[in-house]
Amino acid sequence: MTITREPPYEDAARDWLDELRRRAVTAFSSVGRAVLLLAESLACLPGVLARREARASFVRQLYAAGIRTLPVITVVGLFTGMILGLQVGLILMRFNQEYFLGAAVMLTLIREMGPFVTGICLSACVGSAMAAELGTMVVNDEVAALEIMSISPVRYLAAPRIGALLAMAPLLAFYACVLGVVGGGLVAYTQLNVDFGQYMSSAVAIATVKDLFVGLLKALVFGAVIGAVSCHQGFSTRLGAVGVGRATQRSVIISFLLILALGYMVTRAFYLEFSL
Amino acid sequence: MIRFDNVVKRFDGREVLAGVSFEVAKGEILAIVGPSGTGKSVTLKHLVRLLTPTSGSVWLDDVEISAARGRVLDGIRERFGYLFQGGALLGWLTVAENVALPLRERTSLPDAEIDARVAEALAAVELTGAADRYPAEISGGMQKRAGLARAIVRRSDIVLYDEPTSGLDPVTSVTINRLIHRLNRERGITSVVVTHDLQGALLFADRILMLKAGHVVEASPPAAFVRSANPEVREFLAAQFITEESYLQMKAIYEKEQ
Repeated sequence: MTITREPPYEDAARDWLDELRRRAVTAFSSVGRAVLLLAESLACLPGVLARREARASFVRQLYAAGIRTLPVITVVGLFTGMILGLQVGLILMRFNQEYFLGAAVMLTLIREMGPFVTGICLSACVGSAMAAELGTMVVNDEVAALEIMSISPVRYLAAPRIGALLAMAPLLAFYACVLGVVGGGLVAYTQLNVDFGQYMSSAVAIATVKDLFVGLLKALVFGAVIGAVSCHQGFSTRLGAVGVGRATQRSVIISFLLILALGYMVTRAFYLEFSL
Repeated sequence: MIRFDNVVKRFDGREVLAGVSFEVAKGEILAIVGPSGTGKSVTLKHLVRLLTPTSGSVWLDDVEISAARGRVLDGIRERFGYLFQGGALLGWLTVAENVALPLRERTSLPDAEIDARVAEALAAVELTGAADRYPAEISGGMQKRAGLARAIVRRSDIVLYDEPTSGLDPVTSVTINRLIHRLNRERGITSVVVTHDLQGALLFADRILMLKAGHVVEASPPAAFVRSANPEVREFLAAQFITEESYLQMKAIYEKEQ
């Protein structure tokens, strides 16, 4: 994939229909380019892992995507579980069904909230930083310098970043789920007088391998989306510092929207025809 | 060696290059000068196909750069070194690692050979002492010299310079200009230099090409350039207080110090 240095397409047309058409074309072509970028990055990944210098870059990105996001994921995962535990627990108590609190928190977290909050955190913390970093590199001609040296920016810059997100997103989602379940259990025990052992046994009994698989698959998809969108927005940066800001903002907004839409689609694909 | 053939470049209908034609001979230093926004950097970017012409063509020997793709383009780019305005060094690599980058990524040379070539390139730009420092830890002039070391480490036969002295103090500017001149004389590197520094260009270039509003208004050796009767050239020279006499004096001092 060639990272072109042509300036952005600016249509002088004032007619709103033309403007709508232009925006639709830009949006579709942007999604298409992001998909191509993802495909090319995935194709490059084995080569990246095979080279010593590239492996070092991959490890750096693993650290950025994983270890540096850990504090945020810890807080978000714990509080998501606590909020879920409190809200669902209060409802279940009305019907004297608080025994099912662990199951409700576990299913909600493992199927939806765990991957979702992980995706949101990764997009805000890692994706935005990726878009800003790559955007700044474009503005400073560093990406052009790589191209002139016949070093593919996709292989050298995008593949390690996308690979790191693919590797870390499922692990972080699992971590967020575990913390969420523990957080829900703490609330159940301290605020709702639910026995912690009972809560945990109900939580563990309900989760299936399929739930875990779907949850981790969602996280993997979110990781791919965040990586592809952020790298694409970074590479598409124009117009100096203002452009870097716009690219960062767009990467977060587009990632959020895609996380929501794809989260729904994965849920629908795996759960619509099956009962609980 | 390099041929620009009636190149037109438009951005959204705005014409930046309006039929630019020129040639660069092997081993020549061509300086491209002109007011801001006249298409100097755009011209340079066409040479390595960072931009493609709206019409016209760009040639390196008998290969059309503007139509090159894939391995052909890689082969063309192997022959070019490019010094960007800010050096364009990667911030997470040291100076030595930046210089070694094209060799590590594009060749299968052993580490010892790469290290030797990096040391040679850094010595050529007088930057040996900064090998282990990061770009953020060195001055703008040193960053440009590091960028130049990276541009020559592949032993490219053509180096393109985009505003090599912009933002530098006069002493560092002279150092960079001398470096361009020395690399050309010692290694026979063909050089195309986009610059605002007309005084410097008159001293080191073999030929000066002046662009204005996307047109070539003058292309001649420095001595002829300062004598040109073209009103646009005269205006440009006058704006920088350069006369034929001052040029001859500068030239004499420059050659004496060489």
